[in-house]
Amino acid sequence: MKLIVCVKQVPDTSGVVAVKEDGTMDRAAMDTITNHDDLAAVEAALQIKDATGCKVVVISMGPPPAEGMLRELLARGADEAVLVSAREFGGSDTYATSQILAAAIKKVGVEDDDVILCGRQAIDGDTAQVGPQIAEKLHVPQISYAADIKVEGKSVTVKRLLEDGYMTLKVQTPCLITCVKELNNPRYMSVGGIMECYQKPLEVYNYETLKDDPLIDVDTIGLKGSPTNVYKSFSPPVKGAGMMMEGADKATVEQLVSILNDKHII
Amino acid sequence: MAFDSKDTAAFKGVWVFCEQREGQIMSTSYQLLSEGRKLANDLGVELCGVVLGSGVKEEYIKALGGYGADRVYNCDHPLLKDYTTDAYTKVICDLVEDKKPEIFLIGATNIGRDLGPRCAARLHTGLTADCTHLDVDVAKYKEFLKTTSTIDVDNTVFEENTNLKMTRPAFGGHLMATIICPRFRPQMSTVRPGVMQTQEFDQAHADKTVIEQVDVKLEAGDINVEIVEIVKAAKQMVDLIGADVVVSVGRGISKDPEKGIALAQELANALGGVLGSSRACVDAGWITADHQVGQTGKTVHPRIYVALGISGAIQHKAGMQDSECIIAVNKNADAPIFEVASYGIVGDLYKVTPMLTEAIKAAMAAK
Repeated sequence: MKLIVCVKQVPDTSGVVAVKEDGTMDRAAMDTITNHDDLAAVEAALQIKDATGCKVVVISMGPPPAEGMLRELLARGADEAVLVSAREFGGSDTYATSQILAAAIKKVGVEDDDVILCGRQAIDGDTAQVGPQIAEKLHVPQISYAADIKVEGKSVTVKRLLEDGYMTLKVQTPCLITCVKELNNPRYMSVGGIMECYQKPLEVYNYETLKDDPLIDVDTIGLKGSPTNVYKSFSPPVKGAGMMMEGADKATVEQLVSILNDKHII
Repeated sequence: MAFDSKDTAAFKGVWVFCEQREGQIMSTSYQLLSEGRKLANDLGVELCGVVLGSGVKEEYIKALGGYGADRVYNCDHPLLKDYTTDAYTKVICDLVEDKKPEIFLIGATNIGRDLGPRCAARLHTGLTADCTHLDVDVAKYKEFLKTTSTIDVDNTVFEENTNLKMTRPAFGGHLMATIICPRFRPQMSTVRPGVMQTQEFDQAHADKTVIEQVDVKLEAGDINVEIVEIVKAAKQMVDLIGADVVVSVGRGISKDPEKGIALAQELANALGGVLGSSRACVDAGWITADHQVGQTGKTVHPRIYVALGISGAIQHKAGMQDSECIIAVNKNADAPIFEVASYGIVGDLYKVTPMLTEAIKAAMAAK
């Protein structure tokens, strides 16, 4: 059994967010982090590894600096890493991204008892689409929004979150599961892990590596192969400042309530 | 003829996936039908609802017409009773390949966001996630931008087309992006629940709606995931989206979360509203996630939104800034919540909130 975990390096949108003059995100000016949901997927994989001794392969599509993130994941306990990186892959939407990642996962090799894990969604795009789309391209069943995962041989039982409760689902391997960050608390890198991480294998898959897969076609990858395009992007305006009340005592509150009353708001 | 998603001219009509759970139509479906009605009118085409289920009551299916559907495709099969990715994807893709709609809207629920990408990947078309605004008409899109963007609309060139313009927040709400899918059909979008307004029920339209029973081709062997059980949360979930008044608490209650929540609840009771919260309070475990307003929580636009001790991170503002009247109480005069507040009080929420509750009670009693 092996576990293949898809991870993404994303700009930290909770910190300082830089927007360029043309209205696009200035990624270079922002800190990068490993996407939260993806870290939960890695941790879920490492816990299964702790219990079964199986292999964990982390895989990421992105620019060359994403190698640093993959080394960190090796230091946390993953066994192998794959960086999928090529100019031809740039500008891909979720459809095109899933084509490329599915081809890369096929290259790693999906065996009968393997499980592919993804984060539910990335904080930059918030689409939650790439996981299910990879599953479709690989013709394996998917379970999204996983809040608990139990593996027994080739049978996987997952607690899948709904807005008003949950479903318990059972599926046979090979399958793909997308994880929410509530699934677990990711472990830190260990000192030993940091020492070892540069000895562990990290392979780079470029266009040449993957180009013979039927999923990799100029019509289905990159900016040109993406079904969706950006028509316009823009910043929301700052709403006109409202009325700041003077003071914070009983008189202030009564004045506010009287305004609300006069305007028939209450 | 084989299905070809690139043959855009062959596709016609607007479809809405009308999600049901336990035989009940989800309110998101009515919101999407109401929005789909506008798009269908602009395009001069039919609006169709698509129901997948087992034994969904005919009156519920008929009622979809009252929210704008000209036709409802009813896919009824024992294996469609509860949602499974495999069964729903197969039945929907079969129907799309047969009927070829140009637009297909799906509610961005936990189920819609599982189903949409699987279908789009199989059909080879684009899908835009979690949209908050839709247009086909460029003039209407420009009107929308005038109030919601910093773009100088009158001095910007817009390509004229009737492609679906799907607008959604990106980067946690810091940016808005309008996405198109010009070369493939159907143009697919998942739409955020609670954002589109439900039109008034129109009985006359419902009476004219055509119900079409779909011949569902499905076997147990098509489904690879087994449902062991479905568990509904025991406690009543808060109906934030439908609420007229929302009183929310933020990190400002950290000094005494229990008291802060109690004070907010009393204010909410006085106003006939419900209790909301920022993400910080949910993450800290002070309140359950069904109360959360914001980018990763619910989007609300109540008549009155009261923010108590909420600093107003952009992710929170994304979920509440369209509220009609926003009242903010915060100790910090520089808190970004005051940028969107209609009325702001700089003060201690533990002192201000009870006074506000009393004053509102008094004003209500005087009426």
